Amino acid sequence: MSSLRYVYAVCSPLDAPLQAQLTGVAGAPARQLEHHGLIAVLSQVPEEDFAESPLKAHLEDLEWLTATARAHQNVIDALTGVTTPLPLRLGTVFRDDSGVRVMMEEREEDFRRALDRLEGRVEWGVKVYVDEKETEAAPSGRPAAKPASGRDYLRQRHMRTMAHDELWQKAEDFARRLHRTLSEHGEDSRLHAPQNATLSGASGRNVLNASYLVPRERSEEFVELVDRSEDDTPGIRVELTGPWAAYSFTGLTEGAA
Amino acid sequence: MTAVEHREIALVDLLDRLLAGGVVITGDITLRIADVDLVRIDLNALISSVNAQVPSPWPEATGP
Repeated sequence: MSSLRYVYAVCSPLDAPLQAQLTGVAGAPARQLEHHGLIAVLSQVPEEDFAESPLKAHLEDLEWLTATARAHQNVIDALTGVTTPLPLRLGTVFRDDSGVRVMMEEREEDFRRALDRLEGRVEWGVKVYVDEKETEAAPSGRPAAKPASGRDYLRQRHMRTMAHDELWQKAEDFARRLHRTLSEHGEDSRLHAPQNATLSGASGRNVLNASYLVPRERSEEFVELVDRSEDDTPGIRVELTGPWAAYSFTGLTEGAA
Repeated sequence: MTAVEHREIALVDLLDRLLAGGVVITGDITLRIADVDLVRIDLNALISSVNAQVPSPWPEATGP
């Protein structure tokens, strides 16, 4: 059989069974593999797509990456409904079940510590955008009149530059304040790189892209805090995503031995 | 402020977490994605495939 094992997450034994129709990447059903009292949630994937070199090639294919990322998230999402999963990075693949068991044994202590730390917590994503287009209209609501002269043109340009600098300053201050407030309410926080507008398709420039680790029972409070923070300044926008599994807080991302 | 309903999670938000977060497993039995590759995929391949579908917002050459 030329199939590999794609692992989504590690978690404590589930109280409820996985949904029967839970489909993972490549359309195969997700199942549990228990080892030493921990569960790995995995599915079979074809070697021709998930061995190292085809996987690398596929990751450059936006359509394939999109489908795989959504399928991965679908499994994590289902797990989040019944437990607090420790999500693995996209594309974690093993030869067979015994490869997965070896890995679980090697990382057992790390996994238990991380699962304890994350138990009952979720991740919320908060982004702040600056959109100058929303401020370009003249106060009357009409676009600014065409400049009548060279001097008029320079004056208008100067005004625009001033408005631009002011908006940026405001946005930066706002993002910094918001991040400080939310960090105080969350148990932990991570700053992601600002998103590229070409990729996100979002209007405006992303100035804050952060994740916050929040206990489930305080999520409502956290969401309200984000809603209340909304700045009235035209051109500054806040976006909330979540609740996510604690992807950004596994603490086991870079070179953890 | 308009309320935006997100019926579907944006791909970039997903990738921020699935490719930059999550537990990284190292070891010779794992077919791990190297971080170097992620940066390249994230910034180059994605942008170029997006650009192939979306016309450039700057149709004219800049400068006088």
